[in-house]
Amino acid sequence: MITPVTKRLVVLGLLAAVGATACSGAATPSPSSAAPSVTAPSDAASSGAPASAPASAVTAPAPASASLTLQGAGATFPAPLYQTWFEAFNGKYSNIQIDYQANGSGAGIKAITEGTVDFGASDAAMKDDEIAKLPAGSKIVHIPTALGAVVIIFNLPGVTDLNLDAANVAGIYLGTIKKWNDPAIAANNGGATLPDKDILVVHRSDGSGTTNAFTTYLDTVSPDWHSKVGKGKEVNWPTGVGAQGNDGVAGGVKQTEGAVGYVELNYATTASLTSAKLKNADGQFVAGSTDGVTAAAEAAASGFPADFRQAPIINGAGATTYPIASYTYLLAYLDQKDADKGKTFVAFAYWALTDGQATETSLGYAPLPAAIQQKSIDELHTFTSGGSPIWP
Amino acid sequence: MTTLAPVMDRSIASRLVRSKADQRRARTDRMMRGFSLAAAIACVIPLAAVIIFVTINGLGGLNLDLLTKPPRALGTGGGAASAILGSLQMIPLATLVAVPVGVLGAVYVAEFSGRRSADAIRFAADVLVGIPSILVGIFVFTFLVLPFKQFNAFAGSMALALLMVPVIMRTTEEILRLVPGTLREASLALGIPMWRTVLSVVLRTGLTGILTGVMLAVARAFGETAPLLFTALGSRLVNVGDFAKPMDALPIFIYVNARQPYPVLNQQAWGAALLLLIVVLTINILVRARSWGRRAA
Amino acid sequence: MAAPSAAPRRLTGRSGGLPDRLFRSASGLAAIGVTLLIIAIGVMLALNSTEAFGKFGLGFITNTVWDPVAEVFGALPYIVGTLLSSAIALVIAAPIGILTAIFLAELAPRRLSIPLTFLIELLAAIPSVVFGLWGVFVLSPFLGSTVDPFLIRILGWIPIFAGPSYGIGLFSAGIILAIMVLPTIVAISREVISSVPDSQREAMAALGATRWEIVRRAVLPFARSGIIGAVILGLGRALGETMAVTMVIGNAQDLPTSIFDQSQTIASKIATTFNEASIGIQTSSLIALGFILLVITIGLNVLARLLVRRVTAGERRT
Repeated sequence: MITPVTKRLVVLGLLAAVGATACSGAATPSPSSAAPSVTAPSDAASSGAPASAPASAVTAPAPASASLTLQGAGATFPAPLYQTWFEAFNGKYSNIQIDYQANGSGAGIKAITEGTVDFGASDAAMKDDEIAKLPAGSKIVHIPTALGAVVIIFNLPGVTDLNLDAANVAGIYLGTIKKWNDPAIAANNGGATLPDKDILVVHRSDGSGTTNAFTTYLDTVSPDWHSKVGKGKEVNWPTGVGAQGNDGVAGGVKQTEGAVGYVELNYATTASLTSAKLKNADGQFVAGSTDGVTAAAEAAASGFPADFRQAPIINGAGATTYPIASYTYLLAYLDQKDADKGKTFVAFAYWALTDGQATETSLGYAPLPAAIQQKSIDELHTFTSGGSPIWP
Repeated sequence: MTTLAPVMDRSIASRLVRSKADQRRARTDRMMRGFSLAAAIACVIPLAAVIIFVTINGLGGLNLDLLTKPPRALGTGGGAASAILGSLQMIPLATLVAVPVGVLGAVYVAEFSGRRSADAIRFAADVLVGIPSILVGIFVFTFLVLPFKQFNAFAGSMALALLMVPVIMRTTEEILRLVPGTLREASLALGIPMWRTVLSVVLRTGLTGILTGVMLAVARAFGETAPLLFTALGSRLVNVGDFAKPMDALPIFIYVNARQPYPVLNQQAWGAALLLLIVVLTINILVRARSWGRRAA
Repeated sequence: MAAPSAAPRRLTGRSGGLPDRLFRSASGLAAIGVTLLIIAIGVMLALNSTEAFGKFGLGFITNTVWDPVAEVFGALPYIVGTLLSSAIALVIAAPIGILTAIFLAELAPRRLSIPLTFLIELLAAIPSVVFGLWGVFVLSPFLGSTVDPFLIRILGWIPIFAGPSYGIGLFSAGIILAIMVLPTIVAISREVISSVPDSQREAMAALGATRWEIVRRAVLPFARSGIIGAVILGLGRALGETMAVTMVIGNAQDLPTSIFDQSQTIASKIATTFNEASIGIQTSSLIALGFILLVITIGLNVLARLLVRRVTAGERRT
């Protein structure tokens, strides 16, 4: 029973809660209580990974010394990697927190264009018309951080191995192949009997760099897709349902039998989803892997554009190459309005390009080829704040 | 609820000779009683189903980690601390804004306004209660987020306040009308000015009922998600006190983690849902049980 | 919405000088503010949709394409999704809700009606996102594996019931909406039925009617417009419901052709797309969607309350 005493206590409690929030000051960074589960390597040189810290003559840039929160938004493709990096970076510099909204490459480009975030993230490099929308006189820098493989995930209980070729994938996503036991699919699987189940196509509903990579693949390999749909961060999907983010697609496929989707490799492995082997340009069926992506990137490294806007690497040459590989970028303004934030961003970017590279393979991402890594680090020197360079 | 005695007392009816038509009518009567009982039970089944499943799935996730740790990458653990702290900050602020506005508005309708404007204002408040909360979110976004180019918790609180105000206003007004006019007359006759009469006599008399309305509005605000999506946005970081930045909230946490492919995060969503359900249902049960007790007496 | 009691006489008392005037103004301001709020929301939504309506005209409502790349936007799939999911909800919730209200108001013994009413009110308190979570992991898989295939087997020859079903989709959304609007329909119908004057019931009873006959011939005809109002209020609630629907409706862009298709509603489209829409025609189109929803919801709300008022106000006159 609620007595008058209880009533007064409730009112007092409410007032106390209000008073407490009014009295507390600005955002206090959460103390990094638990050590990050992926230890940030303090000496990357010993890791033996292909892309480790370059010559030690370089002094690493340091972030701002005051408590600072950087706001970022963008691609879900690298989100698991970035979240791990942010925790590790916070472990190293406890005064720096980085908040990241994984709402898709499209949203990331929009956010950095409008200036609502300190940095954006996208797997699809900005197009010319997107660059034209930037504030007059400003320039955006693309910093590649990692490479990832776009894999085809599916949910078929009892089926753990599936080979698909380009025509299969195009047919599924065009809606011409409607069932899993379609002869075109069976032909690639040694005549194995696949279930007589309808295929539920899952694609992205938001503007996505992963979509950009996947549709570039379809656009390259299927003349039908090229004429009917095309490529880009968003397309007019002929069939299927949309999910938000890589995590949405993974969740959607996981929860629905008969579903098929496309996600970055990490999402397939950590969510325990089976992925198909794709036929590469050499005619081999390869599973998505960091090695397969590294092979593709190394082969294409010589053609890397000067403005860093590299298109997804489709059907790269090589027996072990995986056919769909994509770079992913951090986007930031060349001239940083806030000197402290600019300093911190450059420091983080440097850390990501050096120490951070070592953690990538275990998470399902491929480190940058050495040449690209060096180019990116050189690019960091060009950042300025109010005209003067941040990291001379 | 009518107090009519049952029409056909079975003991009498069984002793009467019944015609075929009477038997048919009695059959229809029994059948429709059965259907409506079944309908009433059908209403309660979903309640049981939701509570049972949320409890079963959520118990595993409702642990100390969920309550004290912020989200972690890759579904490796962590918890809902950012969301819980966010809700515990935005809702009191929203209440602080909504209660004075709602109560004052109700006072105006009950004490000062003429019949016509009272009807109009009451009507407007009722319609406001029915506006989809997502449209309120867009409204607040335009004024409190867009000009600053920054999602912020203050905008989130204001969106919640806008949802709470019409509810508080309507329930307070109903309570105020129940306060007998004699109390007001006595107070005024003693020379107490009107404003003092309203505050110290009328509102105090209706305080329990007003608190009931406020608590119900608070319970509703705890569960609102849509308006927060475009205002407070949500966050993975723990934000204490900085209303100029994005802030997480319990319903946002549930929404985001429900669609993640990591079972650990799904588990956290269930745990958070159980927590939210406990809070909301407890408030509702305490508040309604009291008024039911009074009504039954 | 309790039955209105007699309003106390307006007492102005002594004009207490400044404090009184301030108090009166402050409270008046609050009341006017609340009233103007709807107008403000409507105006703001209207203003921001002019870009979209200006570019597409009324074709916005009939166009089925939503293409952010070509910057062509049409609202029809979302309007249809909204209407279909709400229709499914009402077809299920209206009969059950009205029967329940009759049961609670007329047929049930007091010791049964009080706890039942209490429980149904609790149903209304469950947050939408909790319904959504339960819908995604419990209800949709259950429907997809048992109810849907069964329905498709019997009714699948009718195009609107054609399969396949994956659990999530319009039908799941409709069922969850039905659960969510039940309390509204029950509560208001009950109020309306209770406000039918006893004289009507007593007259029928004197003629020897059974309980059900009293309800059917004396109560329901009197309460009919109010009950319709209750159902319309339930419809209004279903149209605007966001989170639970977003989580189970499946997020498909095309015009649905079957109730087992995935779809989107206006509310779910706004919820999923608003934050990443580019400022300009895309945001304006989303706000235009919201404006359409606002107009429909307010229109239904006003109509429903007028209908309900007609019945409950009548009680005071007899």
